[in-house]
Amino acid sequence: MAFSPEGEYVRQTRSPLRRPTAAGWLLIGCGLFFVLMLLVLPLVLIVSAAFASGWRLFTDNLLDADMLAAIRLTIWVALLTVPMNLIFGTAIAWCVTRFSFPGKKLLLAFLDTPYAISPVVAGLCYLLLYGNQGWLGGWLDERGIQVMFAWPGIVLVTMFVTSPYVARELIPLMQAQGSQEEEAGVLLGANAWTLFRRITLPNIQWALLYGTVLTTARAVGEFGSVAVVSGSIRGQTNTLSLQVQLLQQDYNSVGAFTASLLLACIALLTLFLKTLLEYRQAKNSPP
Amino acid sequence: MKRSHRVLPGFRLSLGLSVLYLSLIVLLPATMLVWQAGQVSWPELVFYFTDPRLLASIRVTFFAAACAALCNALLGLLLAWILARYDFPGRKLADTLIDLPFALPTAVAGLTLSTLFAQNGWIGKLLAPLGIEVSFTITGIILAMTFTSLPFVVRSLQPVIEDLSPEYEEAAECLGATRTQIFFRVILPTLIPALSMGTALALVRSLGEFGAVIFIAGNKPFATEVVSLMIYTYIGEYAYEAAAAVAFFLLSVSLLILLIVQLLQWRFRPRANT
Repeated sequence: MAFSPEGEYVRQTRSPLRRPTAAGWLLIGCGLFFVLMLLVLPLVLIVSAAFASGWRLFTDNLLDADMLAAIRLTIWVALLTVPMNLIFGTAIAWCVTRFSFPGKKLLLAFLDTPYAISPVVAGLCYLLLYGNQGWLGGWLDERGIQVMFAWPGIVLVTMFVTSPYVARELIPLMQAQGSQEEEAGVLLGANAWTLFRRITLPNIQWALLYGTVLTTARAVGEFGSVAVVSGSIRGQTNTLSLQVQLLQQDYNSVGAFTASLLLACIALLTLFLKTLLEYRQAKNSPP
Repeated sequence: MKRSHRVLPGFRLSLGLSVLYLSLIVLLPATMLVWQAGQVSWPELVFYFTDPRLLASIRVTFFAAACAALCNALLGLLLAWILARYDFPGRKLADTLIDLPFALPTAVAGLTLSTLFAQNGWIGKLLAPLGIEVSFTITGIILAMTFTSLPFVVRSLQPVIEDLSPEYEEAAECLGATRTQIFFRVILPTLIPALSMGTALALVRSLGEFGAVIFIAGNKPFATEVVSLMIYTYIGEYAYEAAAAVAFFLLSVSLLILLIVQLLQWRFRPRANT
């Protein structure tokens, strides 16, 4: 409990950290033991296993044609998924936080469905829709467009599994910020684009960036749903995650861990950016 | 309902875009699953769901997911507690690393954990003399599920523990409560809503987990096969109806768990606020 200099009551949002007692140190020891075992050791193992047979074999595996194709496809999928998700996330966050309309709760419930759906089930849904016997699949097939077992299918399922990510970052923030600033902008005669560019965007930029980071991480690493729709054609429809499995099945441990190392680097970069963005966000909006 | 005049622009555009995207990307494919599952006749359904291999996989999945959720509840409580309460060297780093399971692709997690806990792996080597096998057993499945859903409980509890006002604990201490009493009678009840929500999310995630599990499970029929792998196998055999039926079952259970917890939250909320 605290009071501001003006004498208003301010609710302290964070109780101060304490110096641990003896029992506290015991708990910290236990906690850090698990963090070490489950989170740190795996990362160390990935690096060590990728370089287990020397630098040479690592680069050989990295520059392998199938590996390069997998890297290219993975980047391509992320490049297509992330902007779509950004547009959708911003649109849905704008309409549910700035307007009230019937069916809003339902829209939000549908937004969360991908969280409850197992990745394999997500892949199955797309297979049923775009597969040869699917409603859209047959129609598209006649026109020579192949969605399943090709990159469009991979992009579509990735869009499915990542769809709530940006919206779920933006909605709480935009709800907390309220719409007064935008309303003032309208009264001062700003048009929609100016309003978005000058008022909304600066307010949500860090959350937007954070959503982008999360979406990218998931898009790059998605496995289950992609495994169903990709058909795993070597050098063509294999993403980096699938390449990990393929190489492991080939008993190429160095190769599997080389691909893993690339993905782990992206994961660590994600964590780093997340920490940085949270710090920026905390600095920009004092409680 | 009276249509109020909207001051801010972009309602139609943003709503239109959201509904279009959600319909095309999420609802239409999900509807296909429900429709396909609806095509399955009763005798077929009975046939699928009496297959001992499928039943074994359902048992394995539910057992492992329940164990993983329990592990997560305990471990998550411990981690959230130390991160929110104590100042110790390495706290920031540990706090950042908690999100690793969400950032790390599940295939990488599965591969790494199975190598780490294999008989000749770094940790497996230490456990083998004790007679504990992890990789290619149900313990491995539990481990993989615990790993991939670790952040749920920690991240739902952490803000709640940070926001606990110290007055209640101080009052309890003044009234002569012991530390154990304070924890179980004062602190834990306020954490229950967040704890149950986090555990439910972890449970749902574990039920559907695929990538991490298949690397470590060994996937022996009747012993270490999970439901999501069964669905994957059905798809590989072009048995789309069986796949849809089982997928619909899995989805219904997940939604039911989330619904129950949501209802419990509403039940708990007034008490938590007062």
